[in-house]
Amino acid sequence: MNRLPLIFFIALIIFMAIGLKRDPRDIPSPLVGRPAPAFSLPTLDASPEKTFSPDQMRGAVWLLNVWATWCASCRVEHPLLLEIKNRVALVGLNYKEARGDMKAGREKISPGDEKKLARERASAWLKRHGNPYAIAVLDIDGRAGLDYGVYGVPETFVIDKNGVIRFKYTGPITREALNGQILPLIEKLSEN
Amino acid sequence: MKTEIIFLLAFFALVTPNLPFCAENSEPPGTEEAIEKRLHEISSELRCMVCQNESLSSSSADLADDLRHRIRALIAEGKSDAEIMDFMTARYGDFIRYRPRLKRDTLLLWFGPVFFLVGAFGGLFVHMRRRGGITLDVPLSAGEHAFAEKLLNMERAKNAGDGSGDIA
Repeated sequence: MNRLPLIFFIALIIFMAIGLKRDPRDIPSPLVGRPAPAFSLPTLDASPEKTFSPDQMRGAVWLLNVWATWCASCRVEHPLLLEIKNRVALVGLNYKEARGDMKAGREKISPGDEKKLARERASAWLKRHGNPYAIAVLDIDGRAGLDYGVYGVPETFVIDKNGVIRFKYTGPITREALNGQILPLIEKLSEN
Repeated sequence: MKTEIIFLLAFFALVTPNLPFCAENSEPPGTEEAIEKRLHEISSELRCMVCQNESLSSSSADLADDLRHRIRALIAEGKSDAEIMDFMTARYGDFIRYRPRLKRDTLLLWFGPVFFLVGAFGGLFVHMRRRGGITLDVPLSAGEHAFAEKLLNMERAKNAGDGSGDIA
């Protein structure tokens, strides 16, 4: 009796079952292991307005969290960010606050007005839900986000003391990812 | 044996696609029309990261729009197609390219199907050879021989009767 076809069939089913369980949005980032791309963006705090760039975080382990108020799943991970804000420096990259929102994006507004709108909306949101960020910056046109390969907010990058990206998490952070991957990595990176 | 090999070779000649090679395009950007044409060519080769099964050129996602704008800007800066592809892969990874560059990580992707196809045909080849050998080597039993003889005799008698010999 020839069992080969049956064996092949079972192998195929196993591969397909594994394929079904995997998240197609979880795409490995080529940025892991490379220096965090530079940017210089205005801070959310308007008075006085400052600019922030990743260089300023040299010597610290920090998280870059990409978010926006129009991003529904950002609300999902928000409580977890609030929970860890005292354990690690969180930098919030507010991604296309005004134009990412379809409604506001279609209206033509001046760059000055767009910035003002983004600032108002982001500040109000953080006031309402709590602010986990040590620093929050505005990426009005999404240019910095593009350099970080952002394709679905929220996204979170773990960056080490030398400014190298060590981990990327796409989508809202889960409790499992936080306790299983992110916090242990932060601890390990903070040691040396 | 020979016919089987010829058959396999002919099959592979048919199924092997004419692999297109990325033409180096480093001409100066030029007119609006030329820029749009290059934008279309480049963005057809790139995957929309949000929809995944749609190309950057046909996707209406916000991100695709941003990336198209960026490609247009890069073309205007005089970047070559290869430089623009590198720009995109550096940020979004090999996944953004429909035809990722050949390297260790993408070997299985490029040659996996050929590997499986060759394996399957190898198996088929061995199977055919083995089965062919078995049927040829089994001699007829005395009973089968007698039965075949009887059938042949019947045919001969029929042919002799009408004389047309129309049996092929």
